Amino acid sequence: MERHEEWVRVERTSAFRELTQKRKAFILPATIFFFVFYFGLPFLTAFTTVLDVNVIGAINLAWIYAFAQFAMTWILMHLYVSRANGWDDLVDRARHEAAEAGSAGGTGGSE
Amino acid sequence: MSDRVISIIFFVLIIALTLGITAWASRQNKSTSDHYVAGGGIKGWQNGLAISGDYLSAASFLGIAGAISLTGFSGFYLSIGFLVAYLVVLLLVAEPLRNLGKYTFADMLASRFNKPSVRSAAALSTIAISMFYMIAQLNGAGALIELLLGLDYVLSVIIIGILMTVYIVAGGMVATTWIQIVKAGLLIAGTLTLSLFVLAQPSIGFNPVNLFNEVSSQIGSDMVKPPPPTDLVAGLDVISLNIALVLGTAGLPHILIRFLTVPDAKTARSSIITATWIIGLFYLLTPVLGYGAALFVGQDAIAQQNPAGNTAAPQLAEALGGPIFFAFISAVAFATIVAVVAGLVVAASSAFAHDFYSNVIRHGNASEQEQFRAARFTAVGISVAAILLAIPAQNLNVAFLVALAFAVAASANVPVILLTIFWRRFNTTGAVTGILVGLISCVVLIILSPNVMTGPNPEPPLTPIIPIDPIFPFVYPALFSVPLGFLGCYLGTLLGGRGAEREREQGLQTDYDEIYVRSITGISSIEQELEESAPAEEPRTT
Repeated sequence: MERHEEWVRVERTSAFRELTQKRKAFILPATIFFFVFYFGLPFLTAFTTVLDVNVIGAINLAWIYAFAQFAMTWILMHLYVSRANGWDDLVDRARHEAAEAGSAGGTGGSE
Repeated sequence: MSDRVISIIFFVLIIALTLGITAWASRQNKSTSDHYVAGGGIKGWQNGLAISGDYLSAASFLGIAGAISLTGFSGFYLSIGFLVAYLVVLLLVAEPLRNLGKYTFADMLASRFNKPSVRSAAALSTIAISMFYMIAQLNGAGALIELLLGLDYVLSVIIIGILMTVYIVAGGMVATTWIQIVKAGLLIAGTLTLSLFVLAQPSIGFNPVNLFNEVSSQIGSDMVKPPPPTDLVAGLDVISLNIALVLGTAGLPHILIRFLTVPDAKTARSSIITATWIIGLFYLLTPVLGYGAALFVGQDAIAQQNPAGNTAAPQLAEALGGPIFFAFISAVAFATIVAVVAGLVVAASSAFAHDFYSNVIRHGNASEQEQFRAARFTAVGISVAAILLAIPAQNLNVAFLVALAFAVAASANVPVILLTIFWRRFNTTGAVTGILVGLISCVVLIILSPNVMTGPNPEPPLTPIIPIDPIFPFVYPALFSVPLGFLGCYLGTLLGGRGAEREREQGLQTDYDEIYVRSITGISSIEQELEESAPAEEPRTT
């Protein structure tokens, strides 16, 4: 039970809460977006012909959509990594806060 | 005859190069940790190159170029799916895996579920996926060597099998990592040169738009347009293929194991950046190779050499660059296959030696030396098994086997990995049922599909395997088997009888609060970590 308390203590730190909130705020919409964008192409090509329109020479909308998937992957990847590298400081802060909370709890005689 | 001599010389050179690296690396392969994950000390860019090396297999280099050369746009789905899959890996799987795992992806499951059955199920699916993938690679290699050296298919498969066994047993993960890096470099150089050859043709004049125009006017606009919609089954099959492609990567053991070779989550992220750029640029060139081959080799010549188009890229090299370039590209393809197979053997042998032998059979009491020996013996055993299975698989389509491996990975591993990280109520029974339901339903659906139940007279290039009309109409199973995998996890958890809370009290499951914090922060040993970061003037009383 003691071990459980220590992990919960980390969870309760403001730094950890901030970290999970920031992660969720980016990862959830980003994941929904890229799944929708990704499956849009096979849905449109498998059930409609709307993407058959030529845009540049013989290159049609389907190819443009396909190349846009590459751009989307690289952009989302860099957006995520630049954010996530900034979040690493929050991990260190969560550690410190949990340790401080732990020592405060210890002197309070709860153990 | 002289062409053949040149190809043999290039072959020997490249094989000598990779063996030299193995010999150098094997001197540094001292411990179990080195064998499995190269001591956890691989740098980000190195690991990124190695991920690319592991990932860009015969299916990518030979298969996609061939598919685009023969079918046009629909071959490009593979390129898109294989790349976008890295977003799933990066956003959802890579960091928690790095933070929870040790040597294999089963370690990650075991960090939460303390029961041998979870490890056994994970080891089983790892071995199944690696085996399908490996058979496909050996199959492609056999076809390539058959074309190049005129050797018999069976002999070609055996030669490659022996080579890869030497790599693994002598070098372990350190050698495999370096082989992947060298091979990734060779493959990129080869693909870029080949693409430049195509773009430099007078009719293209370094303008990619001309490539599409030429294909459209000379071969037909159907080659550039996506295939027209037909019936519901065909449409859903496209969706099903794309599900397997985008989710499969996050469940491929030999790719997941790569995130355990880096020291921290930051390095895992930077290695994905390198990998995604290399892999993306490579796939961006696949239409150039495919359409180039269709234009400058000709679809008839490609289909005549190999009905599935698997030799389109080397044929293009011969048509545009002459015999030396042909030999170089073929040797690159060969190195690609050997390197990918090496990565697969490491993943499968780790699964067996570490997850099954050490933790299930020996209950975690095997010494480092015993584990190391078991891993090497398993590597030999798995290689022999793959060679034996690849020989009767001669008539199976390479792309089919790779797609099968992706579908199995997406169905058996991905639901369990995601729920272990994100679902508080998930329990042991759910994990085991999830893996087994995903694995079995996927394999069974494939057997019932037109891939295996070919009917007595399948359309060429397929050859009859089971001469019965297919029971399951879809070519790709993921549309059904992935939801079944999730359902297996869910129902198993509900019907398992014990909630996550009770499992925790009985010591069968680690506290989810712990898993949650660890997966996000990478804190592994809380007492020690808190001790170290505690303020010095207030020593803790416990």
